[in-house]
Amino acid sequence: MLRNTESSYGLIAITLHWLMAIAVVGLFALGLWMVELSYYDPWYQRAPKVHKGAGILLLLTLVLRLVWRLGNPRPRPLPSHSRLAVRTASLTHALLYVLLFAVMLSGYLISTADGRSIDVFGLFQVPATLTGLPNQADVAGDIHLAFAITTLVLSGAHALAALKHHWIDRDRTLLRMLGRG
Amino acid sequence: MIKPILAATLATALLLPGLATAVEKYVIDTEGAHAFVQFRVKHLGYSWLYGRFNEFSGTFTYDEDDPSSSRVEVLINTASIDSNHAERDKHLRNEDFLDVKTYPEARFKSTSYKETGINKAVLTGDLTLRGITRPITIQVQKIGNGPDPWGGYRRGFEGTTTIALRDFGIDFNLGPAARDVELTLSVEGIRQ
Repeated sequence: MLRNTESSYGLIAITLHWLMAIAVVGLFALGLWMVELSYYDPWYQRAPKVHKGAGILLLLTLVLRLVWRLGNPRPRPLPSHSRLAVRTASLTHALLYVLLFAVMLSGYLISTADGRSIDVFGLFQVPATLTGLPNQADVAGDIHLAFAITTLVLSGAHALAALKHHWIDRDRTLLRMLGRG
Repeated sequence: MIKPILAATLATALLLPGLATAVEKYVIDTEGAHAFVQFRVKHLGYSWLYGRFNEFSGTFTYDEDDPSSSRVEVLINTASIDSNHAERDKHLRNEDFLDVKTYPEARFKSTSYKETGINKAVLTGDLTLRGITRPITIQVQKIGNGPDPWGGYRRGFEGTTTIALRDFGIDFNLGPAARDVELTLSVEGIRQ
């Protein structure tokens, strides 16, 4: 089933979730790696291009995911979950969405600080909008890194919580997101 | 007897200000942006990359009767580096290059000035960059001086020098052709 139901996630939601999980971890690693490359490294120019292009695609995916989420039923929390667990999970999910937006927006503001557009794998260009703010590239860069780390830490907590439900509580939380719940 | 004394007093009074103003003081015209701190460095050995520092201030003195007593001091805001590429400038500001958070200022203070020919001079002084102070020698060209159309008096120079990045603690490898940076200081001062 492509769409969500009251008790399960559909294929689209599941695919978007895992695709973004891979992209977020991948972009984080790529970002940390690329800024340490030496000038003569073959990836010195290519890695940032891939990072930017993939970042824009991730942003589009995030928008698509939120639109899909709004147009679909939300699987109800499992009855075994405490109110605190449900609330914490909802808050974490909301924070992750906000952080992802902030990370990608700040990344966009680094690359477009002087009016240059971002090329997405030669497919299309994302034009600059906000430019020339005081120290824009540097401030956006600091925010980009700080929020990216926060996102990864929170994603880690999110993943640990899922594993805790799977192995300790032995409920369907993780299985539902794997389409087997 | 009164007349000669008066004459001498008058002469002294007229002469002294002349002596006092023989050393002219100038403020570098950054407000009107008639001054530039430019640099260029070879890119891979294939072309020149140009950039500049947008924010700096400075003063100099000049004495036409005794040019060798002239002095200059310039203070540069290192974060104002501008190579016409925001991402590159961000990199140039970080620890790989200028480390502007730790070293927000660069400074040049002259130690000697020697006119060597028509409109030519050699300026030596201490350049402090990234917290490291080293003596440098600047080849100076006197460009011109005289009244400006708005009631002031201006004097301008252009100096060039080459520094090795490594001398100032910058080790990031940009390739063998990019170890040195050429600096051009082009300044116009307004006499105070």
